[in-house]
Amino acid sequence: MHGFANPTRFLSIARPLTSAFMVTGLIMVAIALFLGVFNAPADRLMGDTVRILYIHVPAAWLGMAGWTSIAIASLVELVWRHPLAGIAARASALPGAFFCALCLATGSIWARPTWGTWWVWDGRLTSMLVLFFLYLGYMALADASQKDAAAGRGGASRVAAIFGLVGAVNVPIINRSVVWWNSLHQPASISIGKSAIDPAFLWPLGIAVIGFSLIFGAIVLMRMRTLLADIRIEARMRRLAAA
Amino acid sequence: MTQWHYVILAYGLGIAGTAGLISYCWMALKRAEARLDALKRK
Repeated sequence: MHGFANPTRFLSIARPLTSAFMVTGLIMVAIALFLGVFNAPADRLMGDTVRILYIHVPAAWLGMAGWTSIAIASLVELVWRHPLAGIAARASALPGAFFCALCLATGSIWARPTWGTWWVWDGRLTSMLVLFFLYLGYMALADASQKDAAAGRGGASRVAAIFGLVGAVNVPIINRSVVWWNSLHQPASISIGKSAIDPAFLWPLGIAVIGFSLIFGAIVLMRMRTLLADIRIEARMRRLAAA
Repeated sequence: MTQWHYVILAYGLGIAGTAGLISYCWMALKRAEARLDALKRK
């Protein structure tokens, strides 16, 4: 794992991977959304609004996967002191927050015609909103830590890493919220090894989830490359100022 | 509003938002790389 700690080696892998993930992801999402809108049938109960599934479910998955990535990278940063782990955690925050917000927005749009309301304060929706606020808090903390580190006030990124780990407690709460509390939100339709979704809906959904995940991966790599460039700029400017 | 209006609204938000996020991250990367290249030439 520490073989990738060298930024030059990491960048030589990240550059071609960014383009490959982005192009493949965009093609897969375009195919999935086309199939979802023009090919998949309307649902017996929800009608055409079921097509929102192909945006809402990948967004929900990536909102939670984003924080899981932050938690894993934070653990690696705290335990093994891997130099790129903190950068990976910070790079996952913006796309994670975006997909979390997209999940909340598309869920609200879907709720209006199916539940008759834009919002209810039940376990699933509230825990997802809490996740969005956690993202905002993490980004503010990581940004402040980076400024402190740049000013030579020590490795405050450990605080952000601890926040990333502690916040991970919300991810299983989101996942189990529809089981633990009464909710208008339907229970999980897909579990390991079985699915309650008809294949006509499942295929475009699978392609959309993989496609959006690849786009998420490409964005994380772009953010990591940006953060690495910023660190190198900072170091070079300090050397120029000292010379 | 018909059901399709809600679908169009959700897809519009998803596609425009994702395109905006990709553009923002791409431009931030290019700006940072350009600044680093400019500093390397000094």
